[in-house]
Amino acid sequence: MAFVVLPEAPLGPWLAVLRGQIDKAPGFFNARPVIVDFAHLSPGTEGVATLLTDIEALGITVIDVENIGEIPCAAPFRRHLLGGRPTGAVEIKPTVRPTPEAAGAAADAPAAGSLPVEPGATPGLIVEDHVRSGQSVLFPKGDVTVLGSVSSGAEILAGGSIHIYGALRGRALAGAQGFARARIFCRKLEAELVSIDGFYMTAEDMPAEMRGAAVQISLEGGRITIAHQR
Amino acid sequence: MAKVVVVTSGKGGVGKTTSTAAIGAALAQTGAKVVVVDFDVGLRNLDLVMGAERRVVFDLINVIQGDARLHQALIRDKRLENLSILPASQTRDKDALTTDGVAKVIAELREKFDWVLCDSPAGIERGPAMAMHHADIAIVVTNPEVSSVRDSDRIIGLLDSKTERAQRGERVEKHLLLTRYDPARAARGDMLKVEDVLEILSIPLLGIIPESQEVLKASNVGVPVTLNNPETAPARAYQDAVRRLLGEKLEIVIPQERRSFVDRLFGRRVA
Ligand SMILES: Nc1ncnc2c1ncn2[C@@H]1O[C@H](COP(=O)(O)OP(=O)(O)O)[C@@H](O)[C@H]1O
Ligand SMILES: [Mg+2]
Repeated sequence: MAFVVLPEAPLGPWLAVLRGQIDKAPGFFNARPVIVDFAHLSPGTEGVATLLTDIEALGITVIDVENIGEIPCAAPFRRHLLGGRPTGAVEIKPTVRPTPEAAGAAADAPAAGSLPVEPGATPGLIVEDHVRSGQSVLFPKGDVTVLGSVSSGAEILAGGSIHIYGALRGRALAGAQGFARARIFCRKLEAELVSIDGFYMTAEDMPAEMRGAAVQISLEGGRITIAHQR
Repeated sequence: MAKVVVVTSGKGGVGKTTSTAAIGAALAQTGAKVVVVDFDVGLRNLDLVMGAERRVVFDLINVIQGDARLHQALIRDKRLENLSILPASQTRDKDALTTDGVAKVIAELREKFDWVLCDSPAGIERGPAMAMHHADIAIVVTNPEVSSVRDSDRIIGLLDSKTERAQRGERVEKHLLLTRYDPARAARGDMLKVEDVLEILSIPLLGIIPESQEVLKASNVGVPVTLNNPETAPARAYQDAVRRLLGEKLEIVIPQERRSFVDRLFGRRVA
């Protein structure tokens, strides 16, 4: 899910540390949207005006800012929050790979760049079992199919679409590398959060009549749209 | 072949230690050789619930560190001679639980006993990881409330990925034990429904243990509830759980609120 980063002055060294982390784990931020929290910065901090562009220059997608107050910093990000409310801090979870197949897939995930091939030709990842709380399945290459349910506190992140044959109670992030035509399907919608191409919707904003239903979720004109499965 | 069972939950205070003692005693009553092992280093409890606290000389850490032999640390139960307890250390750090050390102790216990029941500490760190690592079977103890269910779900994920069996590509056999089930609160809708818990966790149900004063009474006198008063509701529920663990197909009855004669009369008149 989205990381919240908390930059600290001086910004030069802070950016250097961030760059170092990206070098160590290429592709780590790549598939994950980032929220920049300005809480530790002030309008006078050196380099603050270009901070967001500097972060994005490292290949990170910034989706939102928090505590920006009076700080003069242009927001280069194109994505916006549904309803315009800021998100809370999001926990960073360890990656647990539920199946050997998933482990292999995550290991050879592409280091950078957008979805490499057309969706029809992308490889798919099949998770045979439930994805339990605390586990995350990361598959930036293509579609993820889960035969079981996705628990509250679990997350699926796919470059392509996400197909869940059980209940979706956790988080599903489809089209995570910038693929707006990705969709999410599940047999029973009890999700905490769904996201397509960086746009997202939390449980609170989901239409009450869709809860518990078999749904498909898509992005229509920049809005997460939930419809009954036909 | 010996079976290693971990009694685990993620969350604390749900009834793991109570259940380890009750199930251990009930298994021993079938004639099997049983040992209950306390992995809760620093918060040792199982010896109290089993009434063995005044006979502890050596503990699990002493055995792991080579300060004592296994047979010196094992305490035989006063009531059932085929039931033993391996206590935890109250003073040592849980880091003293080394992977190799635990593996050696478990291997030795497998040779001496039919059932090795490991009482796990709460959490998802080293202690619980060590307690579950060698398990063939897991009893996942859960209370019918949201946080307990989520923690159990997390533990099931770890059982499926971090245990020795999982790393060999095999499965740990998992059972759900729903404990501290309060029929009165269930009737008021203050607790998760049994079917909702089962749907979320989707592992087979071993039993439902009602919330009962008898559990406190038994632990205060240091006797597993299944031995202290075998006719009480929680004792019977644990006995049934053990029969299911041994493979018997027993129907599961959801505990109902017991209403007084007057209540029932009144209830019928209104209906
Ligand atoms: N079925 C029950 N009814 C009433 N109290 C219970 C029941 N099960 C456990 N308890 C009480 O709850 C507390 C925590 O139980 P314990 O077995 O120590 O949990 P854990 O080992 O999971 O931390 C103890 O005081 C115990 O007596
Ligand atoms: Mg305990």
